[in-house]
Amino acid sequence: MKKVGGRFLLLALVVVLSVFFFIPSYQPFYQGLPAWLKQVMPNKGITLGLDLQGGIHLVMEVDEDRAVEIAVDRSVVSLQDVLLDKKIPVESVARTGPTQITIQFQNGELKAQIQKMIDDYPIFSETESAGSANRLVWDLREAEGKRIKDSAINQALETIRNRIDQFGVAEPIVLRQGLKQIVVQLPGVKEPKRARDLIKETALLEFKMLDEDNQAKFDLPARIPKDKEADVLKQVEGKLPEGDQILFERGVDKDTGREYRIPYLVKKRVMLTGDVLSDAKVSIGQFNDPYVSITFDAKGGREFDRITGDNIKKRMAVVLDNTIYSAPVIQDRITGGRAQITGTFSMQEANDLAIVLRAGALPAPLKIIQDLTVGPSLGKDSIEKGVTATLFAGALVVIFMIVYYRLSGVIADFALALNLLCLIGALSALNATLTLPGIAGIVLTIGMGVDSNVLIFERIREELRSGKGVRLAVDGGYDKALLTIVDSHVTTLITGVALFLFGTGPIKGFAVTLCLGIGINLFTALIGTKVIFDLLNQRHKVGQLSI
Amino acid sequence: MLEILGKTSIDFMGKRRWAFLFSGIMVLLGIVALIQIGRGAANLGIDFSGGTAVQLKFDQPIRIDEARKVLEANGLGNAELQEFGQENKLLVRLKASTTIEEKIADRVVAVFTKEFSTNHFVVDSSTEIGPTIGSKLQEDALIAIVISFAGIILYVAARFELRFGIAAALATFHDVLAVLGAFYLLDKEITLLVVTALLTLAGYSMTDTVVVFDRIRENLRMRRRETEETIINNAVNQVLSRTIVTSLTVVLVLIPLTLAGGEVLHDFSLALLVGVIFGTYSSIFVASPLLLLWPGASGRMLKGS
Repeated sequence: MKKVGGRFLLLALVVVLSVFFFIPSYQPFYQGLPAWLKQVMPNKGITLGLDLQGGIHLVMEVDEDRAVEIAVDRSVVSLQDVLLDKKIPVESVARTGPTQITIQFQNGELKAQIQKMIDDYPIFSETESAGSANRLVWDLREAEGKRIKDSAINQALETIRNRIDQFGVAEPIVLRQGLKQIVVQLPGVKEPKRARDLIKETALLEFKMLDEDNQAKFDLPARIPKDKEADVLKQVEGKLPEGDQILFERGVDKDTGREYRIPYLVKKRVMLTGDVLSDAKVSIGQFNDPYVSITFDAKGGREFDRITGDNIKKRMAVVLDNTIYSAPVIQDRITGGRAQITGTFSMQEANDLAIVLRAGALPAPLKIIQDLTVGPSLGKDSIEKGVTATLFAGALVVIFMIVYYRLSGVIADFALALNLLCLIGALSALNATLTLPGIAGIVLTIGMGVDSNVLIFERIREELRSGKGVRLAVDGGYDKALLTIVDSHVTTLITGVALFLFGTGPIKGFAVTLCLGIGINLFTALIGTKVIFDLLNQRHKVGQLSI
Repeated sequence: MLEILGKTSIDFMGKRRWAFLFSGIMVLLGIVALIQIGRGAANLGIDFSGGTAVQLKFDQPIRIDEARKVLEANGLGNAELQEFGQENKLLVRLKASTTIEEKIADRVVAVFTKEFSTNHFVVDSSTEIGPTIGSKLQEDALIAIVISFAGIILYVAARFELRFGIAAALATFHDVLAVLGAFYLLDKEITLLVVTALLTLAGYSMTDTVVVFDRIRENLRMRRRETEETIINNAVNQVLSRTIVTSLTVVLVLIPLTLAGGEVLHDFSLALLVGVIFGTYSSIFVASPLLLLWPGASGRMLKGS
């Protein structure tokens, strides 16, 4: 028989460590500890998974192709501006494919002049220019397309993080998954719909001029119900002046509470975008109606000053994600870099609008491809049921072992308790996330945990039957069962690892508890119970073993 | 010393024809289930097929046929409904190829808010999974299955002889297919959690088989006089009580988990429960007799030294 002391110390150390790591997981107790102790202790324990505490889990995909289109569109607008400034008469500048700009002009002599302008747009290369004397085609370089796509995802990540920070969620997770997916986890969110909308909104703020000169030519209805926009668009299809579009202002009827839309003829040219904002916050107007006041940065302020100065008495539309919020008449030049976005919104809508404006626009629309929302009541319910099932399962096994193996059964039950304690300690130390399947994993560990002891005990019984003394029988039983136990653990471990590598969310949680449980089980079965048997043998010369 | 079984000498190997017949049927059923899954005709969970699931908890009992009528009237006729006993819970599931943009979950909630205005409810959970995620999960699950099986076979083959590895793997396949077949018969939904249970089961069933094989190997080394059939039969008898006790302890924990673990864990625990029972059966009646099927093994006298 080997010395017991060292192993006993090891066992005690493991117990102390487990308790040490577990304490932060039990907040009521942890909070009551003196401050100096908290400094020494780890401050984070087991986190509850979304299925246990409620919350949302979103997987989104950035519409990369759209991001590229948007980038090309911007170049088109900027090129139009430059051509206008330089007074070069062209027929049209337009995006004619996902990555293509076509410039048409009457006067063939202009070609060389326009051709040179590509130097200012290095992300494009010229294609099929020989084809026509009156046309130039630029194509986005392939590497640039890739760069735009890549930065679109990073920018989207950054923007979403900003928005969530300002929305205020404890311990949010925002990360990139694979090439183009973004995973967002918001534990404990009370208003899932609002959070979802806040994340998803593209929030592209644009200032555009109304085309008042031409508006009269179209017999646009003054006010249409929501959802009837398509009818108006159909009515004007193909008749719109070059460079114009129809956008709708949203409003709410104060009497009926119904949403309505007002169509406007708007110039496509973007005067200013939300890029130049430095702040946005909610203010309350004189009629107690909330509005968002925005502050431009220095460059934006100068631009806004110039634009308003050039367009006095004209109407400017404040457009967010292609919806007009308001279209006020510019009464005077606006200096000082401040403006207001008024419209019919509730306090909460104004608040969320300010958040998305501060956090910036998404580079492209997001598509939600997975959405798991768990209400807080289900989580609480699940925990209760999980705990009940665990207690029941534990009690059944404990009683069975004592009835079947007597004193040895008690030792096995002690090992089981040790097993659970270590498992919870290890989960805490790793700051693991406990999910409902994870709880199932713990319960399974209870069942499988005693299996090793059953194997050992049955071997010891066999040794006893063959007439060996207690000490020899115990040692023999452990030795002979060892390989079987290792083999059986390794096979389960292999599946556990496969589940961990390829599982997602709750499944990963299950795999973690399963793998840890197996490892710890090996330890408690081979060292934990053996120490007790050896102690018993050492203290009292046991003539008979209760097994 | 309390024993469930004393010393037994049951002729397990002699009954192998019956066992093979029964197992053959179960495996066939499992294969049918697999084919149906492949064809998309099986009851796949929305985590694999994509779609929407909304679980509502009402204040008062709700009639399932009324709920169905209301959903049909609002263009959600293809919804599957499921009640959870006394708790007034209703699960609405829609397998859909439509895009998630449409927010079907919100539509379902709106329909119930409008039509059952007197019966207040809360949304316990809502899940929407796009078709791309579904196929990605299917792929991942498949990889996990292949890797864990390959890993187990390699390990057992390395620790024992090749025929042990193959017999153990076949027995494990048998267990997984049998549970899959049983779930198919019961028209239970195959969700990600059920697949997880099947994989866990594969690991556990192998554990059970390894215990028996260990003893067979040990006895094969010691005794040389008897036929291999007798040696294997004796080994199975010797470890019979521990095989049963170890399974019993796992069954003991799975029963409360199945009955009281809540609706999320119910199918998961049930798959494990059925699987553990099959696993125990297969270690005795499938894995061990399979060793005899190895060319020239049956009735062969082991070569003496």
